[in-house]
Amino acid sequence: MIEGLRAIWPFIPGLLRASLINIELLLALIVVGFVVGTVVALLQVYGGRFLGTLARIYEWIFRSIPALVLLFLFYYGPPRFGLDISSFAAATLALGFRSSAYQSQIFRGAILTTPTGQMMAARSMGMSRVRAIVTIVLPQAFRLSIPGWTNEFSSVVKDTTLAYAVGFNEVMRSARIIMDSAYELAMLAFIAVALVFLVLTYAGNAAMGGVERKFRIPGLQMPGSGAKDHGR
Amino acid sequence: MNTLLRVEDIHKCYGKERVLTGVSFEMMKGDTKVIIGPSGTGKSTLLRCINRLTPADKGRVWLEDEEITHTRTNINRIRAQIGFVFQDFNLFSHLTALGNVRIAPTKVKGMKKAEATRLAMEELERVGLADKAGAYPAELSGGQQQRVSIARALAMSPKLILFDEPTSALDPELIGEVLDVMISLAKEGMTMLVVTHEMGFARAVADEIIFMERGIIVEHGPPAQLFSSPKHRRTGEFLHKITELYGETV
Repeated sequence: MIEGLRAIWPFIPGLLRASLINIELLLALIVVGFVVGTVVALLQVYGGRFLGTLARIYEWIFRSIPALVLLFLFYYGPPRFGLDISSFAAATLALGFRSSAYQSQIFRGAILTTPTGQMMAARSMGMSRVRAIVTIVLPQAFRLSIPGWTNEFSSVVKDTTLAYAVGFNEVMRSARIIMDSAYELAMLAFIAVALVFLVLTYAGNAAMGGVERKFRIPGLQMPGSGAKDHGR
Repeated sequence: MNTLLRVEDIHKCYGKERVLTGVSFEMMKGDTKVIIGPSGTGKSTLLRCINRLTPADKGRVWLEDEEITHTRTNINRIRAQIGFVFQDFNLFSHLTALGNVRIAPTKVKGMKKAEATRLAMEELERVGLADKAGAYPAELSGGQQQRVSIARALAMSPKLILFDEPTSALDPELIGEVLDVMISLAKEGMTMLVVTHEMGFARAVADEIIFMERGIIVEHGPPAQLFSSPKHRRTGEFLHKITELYGETV
């Protein structure tokens, strides 16, 4: 065991550097997922029949196709049409769109939870519908989304390892390189990867907990979320 | 004469149910009118038809010389001039009392934040809640929330404020503080159209009481006249009943 640790030690800096690439991919895909997910949620709630249906089809597609299949489609698909796509871009788009479909349902639920009286009050003072959505509904809906969103975050952190399949130089690939150079280190290499994700998920959840506390407002939380209300 | 609001032959159906069947009246600048009537008579619907929160099926409404009900009218510009106070307050729950009062001046009128803050503090002062500026709606009592919502309407310097049963959701001991604010507004000359069961308020400040039943105005007139010598039997019965039920808080 001690010998194993000594043998794997030289590989650890490379493995950690590779983890940073997972974090980069995570940030990129979560931003794509957040922006697209918000738009999809808004279209589903306010988009009317045509745009609402398009948004539902989008959501259905990206929630139904396995992540690995999406990755291959985005990586091997574009070159067929003469478009060059990096493995980073392919992974960002495939996993980002997939996450947007899940995030859209978190946001949609939160938007629908916002009482209709809020919208009515905003309209009654002369706000346009769009302005009312942006200034009144979304700020409330995003706050209500934090617990669900934290869950989605923990899920996509792990999805970044799938990018390994399209030759992306992330942490799994790094572990694989260790294994290829010394097969007896395979177990330790994957334990190291597991530790990386334990830390990432912990840090992510702690950060989201901080965000939730920072934005907490008395009387504004998902029904039954169990969070303590500090109202008088 | 300074006609501020003219409502002409408003009709509204929900499905097969005819809620309003031809309602007409006028308000002069500075008038306080109180609408009373049994529940389900279309009083709230009438208020919502005035600022088009609910579109009327037929009929027209003017604010001064502008037709609100005309499809070409920019309704947001009209609504910015008409305050609306809801039965269940509808304060924005993610904003403090100050934020609630400040948001329309900044987002609708484009007022600078510093100026809007000063204005909002003045309006909170006017309803006696300057010390609660930093509190969120959930931290306020119902009466305080309703006073903030009145301050929120006032911050837009409206030509008219519509009140939709402003005290019906309040515990009895909180009704007085809201009515006091409304009475002082009426005395300052604010034009107010109020749906309420509070006959004490009506007697104290209403220029006219409008009695509605089954989608029409049955009778209207100064409070003293309606209480002492109503033309219709139903008006007298109803006034007697609600005075008995709700008493006179003011």
